[in-house]
Amino acid sequence: MNPAIEVSGVSFSYEEIPVLRNITFRVEEGDYFVIIGPNGSGKTTLLKLLCGLLKPQRGILTLFGLPLSRYRRRALARLAALVPQAAAIDAPFRVAEFVLLGRAPHQGPLGWETPEDVAIAREAMKFTGTGHLAGRRMDRLSGGERQRVLIARALCQRPRILLLDEPTAYLDLAHQAQIMDLMEALRTERGVTVVLVSHDVNLAAMYASRMVLLAAGEILAAGPPPAVIAEAPLEQAYGCRLAVETNAGGFPRVSLVPNGKGGPRPLRPAAAATEVER
Amino acid sequence: MKAPLPVVRILRVKAILLPLLAAAILAGLSWGSGGGGPEALFRALVGLPVDDPVLADIFWKIRLPRVLLAALTGAVLALGGLVFQALLRNPLAEPYILGISGGAAIGAILGILAGLPRYPWGSLASFAGALGTVGLLVLFASWKTALGKDALLLSGVMINAFCGAVILFLISVTSDVRLFNILSWLMGDLSLAAMEQVALLAAVTAACATGLFFLSHGMNLLLLGPDAARSLGVPLEALRWALLILTSLMVGVSVSLCGLLGFVGLVMPHLLRLLFGPDHRVLVPACVLAGASYMILCDLLARVLPRQGEMPVGVVTALIGAPAFIVLLRRAAR
Repeated sequence: MNPAIEVSGVSFSYEEIPVLRNITFRVEEGDYFVIIGPNGSGKTTLLKLLCGLLKPQRGILTLFGLPLSRYRRRALARLAALVPQAAAIDAPFRVAEFVLLGRAPHQGPLGWETPEDVAIAREAMKFTGTGHLAGRRMDRLSGGERQRVLIARALCQRPRILLLDEPTAYLDLAHQAQIMDLMEALRTERGVTVVLVSHDVNLAAMYASRMVLLAAGEILAAGPPPAVIAEAPLEQAYGCRLAVETNAGGFPRVSLVPNGKGGPRPLRPAAAATEVER
Repeated sequence: MKAPLPVVRILRVKAILLPLLAAAILAGLSWGSGGGGPEALFRALVGLPVDDPVLADIFWKIRLPRVLLAALTGAVLALGGLVFQALLRNPLAEPYILGISGGAAIGAILGILAGLPRYPWGSLASFAGALGTVGLLVLFASWKTALGKDALLLSGVMINAFCGAVILFLISVTSDVRLFNILSWLMGDLSLAAMEQVALLAAVTAACATGLFFLSHGMNLLLLGPDAARSLGVPLEALRWALLILTSLMVGVSVSLCGLLGFVGLVMPHLLRLLFGPDHRVLVPACVLAGASYMILCDLLARVLPRQGEMPVGVVTALIGAPAFIVLLRRAAR
């Protein structure tokens, strides 16, 4: 069987500045695939390459065995949906109208919605828990609501691959878990392949079935979380001292190691007590 | 999802705005310096004898082409504003502010100076001017600047200022009777309307508005931002060019016939968006009908307000539009 995504030897640069160098990996159908890496490592660029928004200068990307360049734009939009970073949305769309726009790749040029389109949109909103927001304006939503509405819009495309750019950025812990759980449900209940960019290493390690670690445009580690969440590649990628432990739930946990040079100091109960007494 | 289907919303908007347009047309025909009034118009309409035989000629030969030209120009400028606001994702975009009307005006003035007949050559020169400005805008916007999303709007403001300077230069080097032609036309003059002009603008407007209606869902998707639109299967470049060309064509022809009329493209789309929501499938027909009505009424004010003679309709649209622009700026800043 063909893998959902195959990336081989892909390089990309923005006006002479190389962003990605000789990237090779594959994503199997039904994977919960997380791309991690420090800021500016090329994560978002990689995601844009995967949904055809950018074209690589070298190398080849294939989706389900067919080169990306062979897909027509609308056909690609029915296969892979992008959930962009939750940017501000100027237009005062209602949530229901906004979600329905996700049906565009299945509709005619005027986007007349059929009862089927409406049913699919309603179902996507139910799945993401946004049904009660239908009549609300997009610019009046909280961060977590907005992110779930963006996912509902992407689900309207009925994609086999869902690509998400930092879906948990700016969300509190409960809402982060909510989004990540939603992706897990999507993968197990519908067989959608999830590819997610995140800079939250710990969260990624809890959910990913496979992951890659990007740094300075190259892959430093790839594989199931234990292969990637290791001190050596992470320290190399982030350029600081890190400790990998196992938390109470049995998941790897990455934390900064104090360097003793005016950075974070370990908190001792006695020291804390003297602070208070003073 | 209780919102009615778009078709229903379009019909509802037409049911509201068509009577408004009809009322505006009747008002525009009724009043003016030549006298008349609704009663006389009614008699003339149903074929009853009118007290003053000249009045019938005033209604049909002088006021009707003028009212129709105002309606078409209003529709074109409102649509132009709507398209540029979607294209630039900036609520302050409009053909006049972006300098596209100014570019068209330079084309038209060069046409007048070259002694070209006003149509079709004057209109073509004007379209070329509009398209040239759009080309400059696209070129400037493609340069990477620190201004980001607003680069296009700011370049447009600069182009508009430059066009203004070029127009003043052209005026200052003109001294004969053509100077009066240019000046009266520049300020937005509908009084020279003739039926052949109306027919030309009607044909162009009908074609462009129809085309824009078929691109209206694309404009909805443009509001999501370029990446999101493309990832939804929108052929972004083709859509942008189609919108730019259709809009430049109708704005160019409208400017060549009616001169510079500012702010209509700003006031109308915003008002309609507040009333009917952001769906362009509804807003395109709404802009045509409401823009037409608004311009007829502005022209009526321009004819009726002064004790003697009349003022250029551009004065009225700017007097109403500029304060409205400030109010919108305040809303945008919030």
